[in-house]
Amino acid sequence: MNLRKTLKNGFLVLLASLVLTACATQKTTTGQLQSDVYTGSDSVEYLASGVADRVFFATNETVLTTASRETLRKQAAWLRKNSKITVVLEGHADERGTREYNLALGERRANSAKDYLLTYGVSSDRISVLSYGKERPVDSGSNPLAWSKNRRSVTVKAN
Amino acid sequence: MLFRYLFILLTLFPLKTFALIEVDITRGNLNPLPVAVSPLSIEEESKNNFKKILDIDNLGSEISAVVENNLRQSGLFNPLSKNAFLQKPDIANLKPRFEDWNLIKAQALITGKVTFVDEKLRVEFRLWDVLAGKEMMALAFTTVPSNWRRVGHIITDKVYERLTGENGYFDTRIIYVSEKGPKTNRIKKLAIMDQDGFNNKYLTLGNELVLTPRFSPTNQMVTYLSYFRNLPRVYLLDIETGLQEVVGDFPGMTFAPRFSPDGKKIIMSFAKDGNSDIYTMDLENRIVERITNHPSIDTSPSFSPDGKYITFNSDRSGYQQIYIMSKNGKDVKRISFGNGLYGTPVWSPRGDLIAFTKLHKGKFYIGVMRTDGTGERLLTENFYQEAPSWSPNGRVLIFYRETKTNSKGEGFSAKLWSIDLTGYNEKMVETETDASDPSWSSLLSN
Repeated sequence: MNLRKTLKNGFLVLLASLVLTACATQKTTTGQLQSDVYTGSDSVEYLASGVADRVFFATNETVLTTASRETLRKQAAWLRKNSKITVVLEGHADERGTREYNLALGERRANSAKDYLLTYGVSSDRISVLSYGKERPVDSGSNPLAWSKNRRSVTVKAN
Repeated sequence: MLFRYLFILLTLFPLKTFALIEVDITRGNLNPLPVAVSPLSIEEESKNNFKKILDIDNLGSEISAVVENNLRQSGLFNPLSKNAFLQKPDIANLKPRFEDWNLIKAQALITGKVTFVDEKLRVEFRLWDVLAGKEMMALAFTTVPSNWRRVGHIITDKVYERLTGENGYFDTRIIYVSEKGPKTNRIKKLAIMDQDGFNNKYLTLGNELVLTPRFSPTNQMVTYLSYFRNLPRVYLLDIETGLQEVVGDFPGMTFAPRFSPDGKKIIMSFAKDGNSDIYTMDLENRIVERITNHPSIDTSPSFSPDGKYITFNSDRSGYQQIYIMSKNGKDVKRISFGNGLYGTPVWSPRGDLIAFTKLHKGKFYIGVMRTDGTGERLLTENFYQEAPSWSPNGRVLIFYRETKTNSKGEGFSAKLWSIDLTGYNEKMVETETDASDPSWSSLLSN
């Protein structure tokens, strides 16, 4: 009797989690892109509590979105508080571009993040820039969502 | 000592006949010319000597196999099956019975002889016009035995030149980036191989990311991008000695390098503060010259063969397009005006065409256009392909292609492909590992 109940409950839990997974999958395919810019948190890591390490870009774009500027303001505040930390801004592109152009694009993206940190009071000698072009994607998929995660500038602690 | 080797042209018989056979090179592989490549004849004693040195049972057959494979791969020739050959190699080389070769529909016949002379390899070969019943060419070479594959390539070049009226491209090498590992963290090494995929060698160990190698005009040096110590910079590598050095002293990323046609300069991009411009550096006096000065991305520069002009791609119009300018950066002119994005322009060794990558509606194309932007022709369409490099005679383009991964991000691969300028004879170039960023050498012997 007890066993049957446990099994039944287990089955219900399983069913519930399946439904939840289905919802989650649906969310990744529809809800994580806003006009071509990734808004999810799949690959995001944190420099400190609440301070996300990366910002995302639209295809072929280097303009910072409102969300990106907010992330970078948090990074700037954290960097001002921790004045001994230096960072490398790693700029990346998705796979839908020629290799050499993407190297330049990654450099431009990282610099656009750098410029924003500078205006928020981080001194330029604490920031260096490194472009990987399309060489180091975080998502190996060949679809718009994967590409959106790969178009990024990541702030990495250098010391 | 890779490129300096013993190679003596011993005899060159005068050509007595006019080219009676003609290969129509404007039509690609529609009607490949039937050709019989008779195994080069070899006597017992020579055979045994080469067996000792090279561990090859029949060097004559092996050299003719190199020739046969080259001819087939060109798409212009159809080497006939050896099973149908009636005449023995040694007799055919002395005096072919043209009726026999005519019977199997061969239009051209290649015969020859391999001998071991003074520790060296001596090869003679003859090209015959079967229909006219005449000898078209006879040549002999002497070289070190280890060069035997190159002898096969040089024979192919001579035959190709005689029958098409154009320079060959078989005695050449390809430098490329060998790839392995997951797509998110590829391990990349510089690698070099003969044009037919043999004699593959790795030039770097894979400890740092390397990209976009390109040969110097004399094929002794390679310029490429290396992430050594996480500082992406243009490097020079001497293929013989293995010595590497950074090109110039730039306070930021340098990339997209190529040699000038005289081999004296390297042209490349330098990225600083979010802007990439084109620079040259003189390898002798180390003087750096800025060629473009524009807030847009200017990259992928390539000189015209006469060194007077430069083609490059820039997004100064808002999107990546192809431009040309004079060598000092003046008279910048956009030449690509079709729909889509255009990149990686490379000037043809003949000077009349520019090959490029085009991105339009989610597809990548390899194409060519005239240097004024007219006559655009797209040769091949795929999910992802880019970076064409010309064969030294300007007939064939080699490029790389990447596959689309499945929904789990699996199934990625990168391979080299080549295609004839006519759009025919598209084929994968076999490599030991995955491969990208190919660059074709000039002819090693001339």
